Formats: sequence, structure tokens, C-alpha cells
Amino acid sequence: MTATDQPILEIDDLSISFFTRDGEIPAVMNFSARVMPGQALGLVGESGCGKSTVALGVMQDLGTNGRVTGGAIRFRGRDLTQMTPKELRAIRGSEIAMIYQEPMASLNPAMRIEQQLIEVPMIHEGLGRAEARARALELVGDVRLPDPERILRAYPHQLSGGQQQRIVIAMALMSKPALLILDEPTTALDVTVEAAVIDLLRELGTKYGTSMLFISHNLGLVLETCDQICVMYSGEAVERGQIADVFDKMRHPYTQALFRSIPLPGANKESRPLVPIPGNFPLPHERPPGCNFGPRCDYFAEGRCDASKIAMDRVPDEALHESRCLRWDEIDWDAPPQTAVHKPKTEIGEVVLEVRDLQKYYEVSSGALGGGAARVVKANESLSFVAHESETLAIVGESGCGKSTLAKVLMGLEVATRGGVAMAGQEIADTPIQSRGTKTIADLQMIFQNPFDTLNPSMTIGRQIIRALEIFGVGRTGAERRERMLELLDLVKLPRAFAARKPRQLSGGQKQRVGIARAFAGDARIVIADEPVSALDVSVQAAVSDLLMDIQREKKTTLLFISHDLSIVRYLADRVLVMYLGHVVEIGTTEQIFAPPYHPYTEALLSAVPIADTSIKKKHIVLEGEVPSAMDPPPGCPFQTRCRWKSKVPGNRCETELPPLRTLATGHQSLCWLDEAERAVMEPVIQTAAP
Amino acid sequence: MLRFIAGRLATMLLTALCLTLVVFFLTNLAPSLERVAKTQIGARVSDAEVESWLNRNGYGGPMLARYGEWLGVMPGWTSAAEDGGLAAGRCLGDTAAEAGAPRYCGVLQGDWGTSTVFRDEVATIIARSLALTGKLMLWVLVVMVPGALVIGVLSGMREGSRTDRGLSTLSILSTATPEYVSGVVFIAVFASSAVGLRWFNGSATSAMEQATFTNFTLPVMTIALYGMGYIARMTRASMAEVMTSQYIRTARLKGVSFRALVLRHALRNALIAPFTVIMLQIPWILNGVVIVETLFNYKGFGWTLVQAASNNDIELLLGVSVVSVIVVLLTQLISDLGYVYLNPRIRIS
Amino acid sequence: MDPLTWTGALGTVLNPLLLLCTCAFAIAALAATLLGLRAAPARAGSAAALAGPGGAPGAARLAVRLTFWAIVAVLVAYLVGGLVTPYGTGGILGCLSRRFLPVWIALAASFGLSIAFKRRLGLYGKLFDSTIGMIGFALVMFWVYTALFTGLFGWIVTQDPLTTLSGLKNKVPGTPIPGATGPWSHYLLGGDNLARDVFSRMVAGSWIVVQIAPLATLFAFMVGITLGLPAGFYGGRLDTLLSFLANLILAFPVILLFYLLVTPEMVASGVPAWMAVVLFLFPILFVVVLLNARLYTRPLRRTLWVGAALLGLGWLYLSMISQAGTPIAFLPEDLDLFDVPGGILVVFVSVVFVNAPTVFRIVRGLAMDIKTRDYVAAARTRGEGAWYIMLWEILPNARGPLIVDFCLRIGYTTILLGTLGFFGLGLPPDSPDWGSTINLGRRLLSIYPHAALVPAFALLSLVLGLNLLADGLREESLRD
Repeated sequence: MTATDQPILEIDDLSISFFTRDGEIPAVMNFSARVMPGQALGLVGESGCGKSTVALGVMQDLGTNGRVTGGAIRFRGRDLTQMTPKELRAIRGSEIAMIYQEPMASLNPAMRIEQQLIEVPMIHEGLGRAEARARALELVGDVRLPDPERILRAYPHQLSGGQQQRIVIAMALMSKPALLILDEPTTALDVTVEAAVIDLLRELGTKYGTSMLFISHNLGLVLETCDQICVMYSGEAVERGQIADVFDKMRHPYTQALFRSIPLPGANKESRPLVPIPGNFPLPHERPPGCNFGPRCDYFAEGRCDASKIAMDRVPDEALHESRCLRWDEIDWDAPPQTAVHKPKTEIGEVVLEVRDLQKYYEVSSGALGGGAARVVKANESLSFVAHESETLAIVGESGCGKSTLAKVLMGLEVATRGGVAMAGQEIADTPIQSRGTKTIADLQMIFQNPFDTLNPSMTIGRQIIRALEIFGVGRTGAERRERMLELLDLVKLPRAFAARKPRQLSGGQKQRVGIARAFAGDARIVIADEPVSALDVSVQAAVSDLLMDIQREKKTTLLFISHDLSIVRYLADRVLVMYLGHVVEIGTTEQIFAPPYHPYTEALLSAVPIADTSIKKKHIVLEGEVPSAMDPPPGCPFQTRCRWKSKVPGNRCETELPPLRTLATGHQSLCWLDEAERAVMEPVIQTAAP
Repeated sequence: MLRFIAGRLATMLLTALCLTLVVFFLTNLAPSLERVAKTQIGARVSDAEVESWLNRNGYGGPMLARYGEWLGVMPGWTSAAEDGGLAAGRCLGDTAAEAGAPRYCGVLQGDWGTSTVFRDEVATIIARSLALTGKLMLWVLVVMVPGALVIGVLSGMREGSRTDRGLSTLSILSTATPEYVSGVVFIAVFASSAVGLRWFNGSATSAMEQATFTNFTLPVMTIALYGMGYIARMTRASMAEVMTSQYIRTARLKGVSFRALVLRHALRNALIAPFTVIMLQIPWILNGVVIVETLFNYKGFGWTLVQAASNNDIELLLGVSVVSVIVVLLTQLISDLGYVYLNPRIRIS
Repeated sequence: MDPLTWTGALGTVLNPLLLLCTCAFAIAALAATLLGLRAAPARAGSAAALAGPGGAPGAARLAVRLTFWAIVAVLVAYLVGGLVTPYGTGGILGCLSRRFLPVWIALAASFGLSIAFKRRLGLYGKLFDSTIGMIGFALVMFWVYTALFTGLFGWIVTQDPLTTLSGLKNKVPGTPIPGATGPWSHYLLGGDNLARDVFSRMVAGSWIVVQIAPLATLFAFMVGITLGLPAGFYGGRLDTLLSFLANLILAFPVILLFYLLVTPEMVASGVPAWMAVVLFLFPILFVVVLLNARLYTRPLRRTLWVGAALLGLGWLYLSMISQAGTPIAFLPEDLDLFDVPGGILVVFVSVVFVNAPTVFRIVRGLAMDIKTRDYVAAARTRGEGAWYIMLWEILPNARGPLIVDFCLRIGYTTILLGTLGFFGLGLPPDSPDWGSTINLGRRLLSIYPHAALVPAFALLSLVLGLNLLADGLREESLRD
């Protein structure tokens, strides 16, 4: 056996528990995994499945309540659980480094970047300040940050989120560790920035020969970065193996259910709907006997699956493929999902919302110390579009593109600077919410992004819905409203008993359903859904988005679906509107948007979205630079600073003149100077390889 | 930055103006003036006599006008003597009409007026008492701030540990002990001639000339103790919060030792909040100063305040309030500036 | 009658025992500290730390714990001994313990009930999971019960707190009353310089504090909330103006303010009474807006509730402020429910006035934080009025920090009341409140310390209890 065959990290039968006032809570049970030199292991699972706890266990940083209750974590053959703090300190940062989800939070706000970087080799390798600084400069260059000297002198808050995450990566690599643990390293970043960071990680991983333990909830990202994968569910590893094996020949029902619930390019809301996983994720103290996934599993066999704990079982003939399922060799894995009957396609109706030349500027006073000239944030620049009855119009863009401002203006929380909004023929752009009639307010409602924030924590669910009914003037007596409230709970498929519960007793998905019920309390005709599923776990996402679609079919609602996630947009939307820096850069039907000719920005966005399908070939486009500030937008085309097609337009036009919103086909418009010939050569970004 | 300071100074001026106006109003209400008159000319006088005394001594005019006189934007009052000449006036000396006396003599001209109790220039009294209180405050800060910070950092760096619990209990105890309680207990224990230890002096009068360990310890400790617990608790909360933050975890997982973690990574971030607290604490210390100076008979600013207030010595009270307002607002300004300095997130933007 | 000693006959047994336990505790503590220092580097490993310390350091720590509980047991024995033995056997401590018997019973009952139902009592129930919180609660409730039993039934006091008995001037604790026989014929905690019973004055003083401090704090909260919510919610000019005013009051040294407001001349001028007219309006405003915002969708019910609130509170308000013979006599004498003496009123008003700006700042900060939440946005998008959002969406979710601050602030108000008494402001000079008693006692402090020390410790323990209670609440509300 040669040295390279030795795993860098070997986790063997690891169990971790947290000890609280209510007793022991097992977070990880009998977990085993291996990371080979130079390879990357992906750890996937929904929130609460224990994947981050595994990472902290490897770092031996479980806090005062956490404790390893069994098993071993061997790093290069030495058991980390048996080390003294001193030995651990010597390994942390030099041989194992960790990168977290929130780059801003993981950098010390009161220290310059330089101090934070050079400290690592100074502690571990005894390097002098000058040498360490030289290495920091080199690494800052390596993570492709412009002007490393300036960056080193900066404080963290002076950098953008993407730059901060690059610094965190540089910091992790300062002492050339053998193992890098990444805990959702890109979740807080925009898609295009995420794509660039992932690209960088892959490149540096190869360059420095670093092994990686990559923790993510996003199967697509894991496919792009890892060699092996381990799927976790409720504290246990349920399946592990080579990426290709697990993705194409999964042998655990949970893995299968997970793949069926995420919107892959083939999915379609009418003919091939997503299959949500029934039931709820079990909390640690209510795990069922036997298989944890049993109660939610389609293949559950009573008396067998709930009899006793189930061990990992080897799938023969495949390298390292294991599954924690008793019935893995009995199940027909290729059978198509048993879905309900095909749902009828909704008939798109009349125009119900018309936005004309909408513009919204904010004045902000600059500088925290007060004073200073007021500056103008150009959040929205002349937006024009229409939305029809029972249509889903997706509004897509990254943070800062002005999509939330648009929602606020439509809702009347802000008043437009210029332009008009007509809802069913009534002008509402200049009417703040206080001056709108009850009918107008009830017709135009909103669903919010964060399920943990959307409900008032100190009021019962029923009370909150009844309040909305009272405000909208639904029902004449208390009893009538109560009845209507219970019907609304039925509508969103929640048990009626939930009316008496407080929000904290509900899961994220359930809270989001209550939010939906509240929005439909006054029979809303137009509902603005601001990233309604992005904060939910994948298995819940499918259920909530299907619910929205069902309600839409029943009530002929117009849905303005704000999102940054193109996968779900492709699945749900009838038409798509792409925004960048306050402009509509492209608008068209879903088919038009997802096929060439693209707007250059749409093209980059499409390429950036990770797709969890091994048969998909994606074109690789990485956007350089940052989104410009809305206070100081570039002249000409808003996207010109990052556009890879700019050179194809003659005469520097992109940098001087704002392009017109050209109509490319019926209903398809694009804000671009590219002429027809150039557009014709565009290739599709996503291609399905021949099966 | 300059703009900011200028803005703050303007606010300060406005605040001082408003506050002196309020003080002026409250001290010049009819019953208070009557009491002033009675203390000057005797308690058993008729209302008419009081009235005429007030008129003769410049208390007769409308309140706003008299406030203007005190401020120095209105001409000082004069009253005619029986023979028609000037008998007395705000800007005249005690004795007789002097030629060439200025028309305006208020705060703006540097004239703070005269104290009716001490029969001395207000400016002199305040300067003298401020110097004494300054000495007291200096020692209080020297004892209180480092002590509180050390206690706070020690208990905050390992939240929930035995050290933490012990020190936190002490801090709570000290915040629950107002100066008049701790002062009384200290005197009873350390200075009582009946049962006490007789280590220290129960009076600080002699400390006005020469402060020694014996006569100054008790007043200093009494004031310091009450503020100390509060600052320590703030520091502890701030330190504990910083120690659980993500960047401390990052640093720990970089292999930084606990010592360096606390000193280099945590301390600066943890001190931002207590710094503001220390500065905002100074008005409260002022409060303690009043109690302690009364209790230990130390004739500083607080003692002067009590004397002025209990005798309705209008001009002295006004002077005292201007000074204390300025002290309070200056500390607020320093606290804001220090906050900005300590916090690069605000400093560079 | 013989004078009482501190521990009486019980002391002959218990005193040596206490001494023994204390010495043992000191030795054990010293040993544990020394051994702990030496052992510290060895028990650093995470695995080793889990195993728990064994050997000599472990034994020392065990000894510390045992001796500590032994001391507590002896101390309890003093109290229980006083309860079960005849009057006088337990000495002063025993007599005190016996005198507080109703309080012990009430405390035991409240603890028993609360612990039995703690899972159903929300945040209050969680308090009984925290040792600190329980100690705080016990101290606070001790004084609350003492005050209630004294004020309502006249139970705890042994003598009239205002009567002077000749020959007992500045007498030490345990001095018998000349000529009196039978139980309770001692000045248990001695006499003050006017020959009044220190113990009875201390107990009677608690009634004054418990009457004023929570109520004044409540009013300060009403004012602070009613002004702080709109300041934080709307921001802009309104916020600038209100914050300026709050800072204006905060920039005033509290004592100067008291000296300006709480003087007989000031009461005579009527300014505090007018301030009361304004300040006491806030609770009515608060309740009416609260009800109206919630019920305006159902007009009938709204009219009923708001009407009832206006009538009830309005009457209380008018009774409170109107006072025959002053310019503020709005209410005919027959309808005036009660009169608040001018001195108390002015104390009340100034305490509210001093506290309100701080509450304002806290509420403003919380409102600014909570108004960015989605549920507030949701309320706005369904067209709720601003006051509904402030009072029903923001305020209930700010209750955690506010409850904690409320406890702390009652303590602070108690200190302020003491300060007023200490400077002889407001309350009548012979009032038994703790501040005034300390002030009287401090004159002869170096010769007869008991007259000042007793109220000082009473005040200290109440404020300490409130602070511990707040700490326990804060800790428990932060958990899960």
C-alpha cells in the first residue's frame, strides 16, 4: 500500500451528541466516511441532518454542549478525538482548514485583511512578517482578486461578499492544508458569484492538491465539485459512493426522493411534476424506530423497516457504494414515479397588471456620520411589462437588481418616481398603501421569503388569518370568519388544528403555507411571491411550489414569482423577466428565455446555475468583476462592464448608449446591441447529452 | 468628520440653552423667589415688602427678559434709588453706581453672576469645586475602569465557567448597591468608632487640601463600586457575544491560541460597546459624586450643587447646570468619537 | 425583661457549629484553589476533561460543596429554631424569623405552586429552572409579601413606626421596652435617634417602596412606549425631535432635577401637578389606541371597549390628578375617589419623568429593529394602520427585553426613591421609607451604625433581588 492510498481523513462509526437541559440529543449517529488525497467528498442533506456537526466534529470544535460519544476521526492515521488541545491547535489552520457559509461573519471586522492572513503561517510555520506577507500577496493573487496590495490593507467591510469569500479561501490556503472543509461556502452568494467561487475552488484544489470535504444542500454544486458523495438524513449517512454511481444508480429511497423533488431541466409542471417527499423531517427526539426515513418512504415495509436499526450495506460490483436500506436490492429503481394524473394547463387570460416605464429612485444620505450630500440609488429604471390572468411571470435577477423594489412599488409600500402601474385598469403607481381601497389591497397580496420571519411569533396562526379576513372585510360575524379561516387552512393543506398554534410550533414549510393562506384571505387576483421557497429545504420546496400552482389553477391567480433560482423558474414560470441593475434586460416566454438567442446576462446566469444531472453538459461562462453599484451605474448598457460579447458590437456603442429593448420574436424582447447575425451564432448553454 | 463634530457642538449648545432655560424657569417661579427674598430680608415680612425687594433686586422683570440678561443678550437690570440715581444693577458692583459699567453682563460676557449663599462670584466657586471634584473623579476612573474591564473580560471570555459565575454575582451585587448604601456600610465597617475597624476616615474634608490613602479611599471606592458592576456586566456581555461569533471560531480553527484569541482577536471588538457605556456612565458618576460628597462632607461640585439647590441660589444653580450639561454632552461626544475610532466599519466609509 | 442577644439560647449550640463549618469551608476552598491551579494544565485534553477530575482536586471540590451546604444548613437552623422554640430562645434572629412567619408561608406556597406548574407558565415558569432567577424571585417576593402583610393587615411590625418611646434612644438591638411584658416587647433591631423601633420602621418602609416603585416604573414604561414606538417606527423628523427631548432630560443630572422638582416651593407653584396631568394621560392614550387599533374592524365592539376604558381610566385619572383647593380640581369632591398627597405625587412624577427617556430609547431601538421583519411588511401590505402595527405586531415581540428591563428598572426606581429620601426630598421627614431612614441614621453612623445599616441592607437586598430576577429572566428568555 503506497502513501497515496492512505485516506487523508477517515471517519469511523462517529457519533456526536449534544447535551442540553432536556437530556442527550444525538446529532450524528454511526457515521463513516473517507476522504482520499486530492479528492473531494460531498456531504449532502437537508438542514438539521447533521452535516455541519460532522464538520465541526472533524475540527473538534463542538462547543460546550457537544461531545463525541463514539467512533474515531482519523486524520492521516491519528485520531483527532484523542488529541490534546495543543496538538489540535497545531493541526487546525495548518493541516485542516475550514471555510464557512457567511464570509462577512467569519472575518474579524476590526482587523485588516493582512493581519488576518499572515497570522496563519506565522503561527504554524514560524514565518517572519515579511515572508508571510509575501505569501499572502501571492494567495490574494491566486484567488483572483484585483490589486492585492490594496486588498491587504483593507478592512473586511470594504470588500463585497464575493471578495470576502475569496479572502476566506485564501486564508484557509495560507498554510497549504491537506484537507479543506467547506460548509456551504457559497450559499450566501449570488449565483454568478457562486459559479466563479466554485470555479476557483476547483482550480486551487488541483493546484495545491488539497482534499476537500464539501458540505452542501445543493446536489448540483456537489456534482460540479466532488468525486464522492455521502447523503445524510436525520443524523445518519444513508448512502455513499462515487458521484456517478449515486447520481445515476441511487440505491436508497431518500436519495431517489430527493432527486425527484428538485426541478431538473426535464421537469414540467403539467406533464412531469415534481414529487414532494411526504411528511416532515423528524426532530432528533422524535426519530422513529428502525429506518429514520421509514415514515416518509414509498417502499416502507411494516415489521421489517421499523424493526431495528439498519446498518450500511455494500452494493456489490461498485467501488465503495453503500446504502442504509434493507430493501435496496428488492426495489425496482428504474420504475417511473407514480405521479398523479396530468394536471391541465391553465388558460392564460386577460391582462390584469400593466407596468409602464416604471422608475424608482431613492435618496440616501451617505456616510454614517451624517452630513454629506444625498446620493441617489437608481433602483428601477423604466420597467415595462404586463401580466395576465392565471399566468406565472417570473422575475429573475441577482441581489441588488431592483426586483424587491419593484415588489414594494407594486404593493404600495413605496411610491414610484415616474411611470404607471395599472391593475385591472386602475392606476395604482402613485397610491401608497394607506390610500388604497380595501378591494385593491386584497386583490394584490404578497408572500414573503423568510418563513421564520413571515409570521408574527406572538400570535396564533388562526388569529393572524382572521385578522387578514377582518381587514379585507370578509365575513360578517366572527363565526363566519372563523369558518373561512379553517377553509383557508384546508386550501393550503394544513390540519385545522393548526389554527390554535403559535408559529414557533410549525416547520419552515408549514409557516410558508400559512403565509400563502394569509395572502389568499381576500381572494387575491395578483400575488407577488418574493422567493417563497428559496429558504426552504429542497424536499419542501417542491411541495410548496406545487401548492402555489394548484391554488393558481383553482383561483386563476396571477403569480409574480420573484426568484434567483433559474431551475425552479424554468419549472414554474410561463414567462420570464430578467432584471439587471434596475433594467429589464430580457423578457419572453420560458422557452424563449431558456433557448438561444440569449441576452448575454441571461446566458451567464444560465451557465452559473448548478444542475444535478450527470447527463447535462453546460457551457462554462464565468462572469468577471462585480455588479456595479446602483448609486453609480455605468454609462451605456448596464451590463457592459461584465459582458463577454461587448467586442462583437462595433463602435464602442455598449459603453456609450443604452441599448433599446428590441423585439426578437413575438413576446421576446432583449436589451442588447448585438445584431441578428451575432445572435444567430449563440449556442445553447445547457445541452442534454444523448442518453 | 469636522462636519460631524460641528453638528454635535451645535446640538450641545442648543441643549445647554434649552436646559438653562428650564432651570431658569423652575428657579424663578413665584414661590421660589419669595423664599429667596425671605432668606435675604427675614422670614417675617409682608408680601408687599417681598414684592418691593424683588423689584429692587432685578427679579421683577418678565422671565424671558431676565434670562436674556443672565445670558448677556439683554441689558442688565438697574433700579433707581430714592434720589433718582442708580441704586443697584446687575452690572454694577455691590457698593454704588459706578460710571462706565457695561450695559451687558451675562454668561456671554464671562460674567456668571454672584452666589447669594456663598456671597462670592459663581465662576470662582465653580472653578474651585470643579477642581476638587476633578481630583475625586480622576481617582474614581483610575480605580473603576481598569477594574471593571478586567472583571468583564475575565468573566466574558469563558461564559458559564466558575470564574464567570463568581465575578458576575459580584458585579450584580455591586450594581445593586447604591452609593448611599455602600457609603454607609463602608463607614460603619471601616471608620466607625464604635464597632468598626478604624482603617479609614469617615470624612473626606481633609482630603480637600491633601488627599491621602486614609481619607480618600472610602469616597473613591464608594463611587467606583456602583459604576464598576455595570461596566463589568456590559463588558462581559459584549465579550461573551464576541467570543461566540463566527470570526472567533474562524480564528480558533486557524490554530490561534486562546491567549492570542482573547487579546488580539476578541478584545478590540469586545471593547467597543463598553467604551460607550463608560462614557455614558459619567453623568451617573456625577450623581454618585453628589451623594458621596454630601456623605463624606467633601466640598466639591456635588456638594455645591446641593447647597445651591437647597437654598435656591439661582445664579449658582444655573452655573452648575451649565457645567454639568456640558460635561454630560462632552462625554457623549467623546463616546461617539471613540466608537467611530474603535470601529473601522464606521471609520472608513 | 431581659435584653435579647443575637442568637439567644440556640446560639450556644449553633454558634460553635457555624464557626466550625466556616473554618472547614475556608480550608477546603483554599485547598481546591491551590490544587486546581496545579492540576489545570493536566486536564486540558477534551477526553480527559470529560472523564471529570478525580483524586485530590476532586476531593477538595467535594469538600467545598459539602461544607458550603453545612453552613447553609446551620443558618437555616437559626431561623427554624426561632420558629419552633418559645419567644426569646432563638434570640433576635429567632424572633425575627418568627415575626416573618406569614411571609415564609406565602413564599413556600408561591414556590410550591410555581414549581408544580412551571411548564405551563411560559417565561415565568422557566424562571424556576435558573438558580439565580429563583434566588432573585425569593428576595423580591420576600419584600413584596412583607410589604403587603404590613400595609394591608399590619402584621409584621412589632411597634408603631412613628411612636417614640422614652429611654430607647439609640439603643442597641434586642433592648427590651421598659415596663412592657409578654412577647414582642423588645426593640428587635434597636432604637433610632428619636427612640423609634428600627425594625418596625424598616418593615413599614417596604410598603412605601412596594407601592411607589412598580407603579412609577409602569407609568414610565407607558410613556416611553407610547413615544418610543412612533419614534422608531416612523423615524425622520419625529424621531429627531423626540430623541432630542429625551437626550435633553438625560443630560440633566438626576439630583439637580430632583432638587428643582421636589421642593415644597415647586409643589406650591403647581408645576408637578401639571406635569402629572400630562404624564398620567399617557396610559389612557395607550390603552385607548391599543383597543381601537385592534377592534376598529368591528365597530360595535370597539365602541363598547374603548368607551369602557375611557370611562374607567378617565375617572381614575381625574381622581388622581384633581385635588380640591388647587387649580387642578376638575372633579367634584364627591366623585373624587382618592387624594394623592402632594409630596407623594411629586415624587411619583419626577421618578416617571427621569425613567421615561431611557425606556423611550430602548423601545425606539427595538422598534427600529423589529420593523424590518417580514411580518411587519405583511401587516403593511394588508393595509394595517400604523398604530396597529406598532402595538400589536411590534410591541408583543419586543416584550422579552422589556420585561427584563422592567425588573431592572424597578430596582433602579427603588434606588432613586432612596436617593430622594437620602436628600430629604419629597416625603415627610418622619416617613419610614428607607432613604429617609438612612439619611437620619447616617448622622450618628460612627457611633450607632444599626439605625442606618438596617434600612441600607433592606434596600440592598430588594434591589439585588430585582437584579438577579432580571438576570434569570434574561438568561431563560435567551435559551431555546
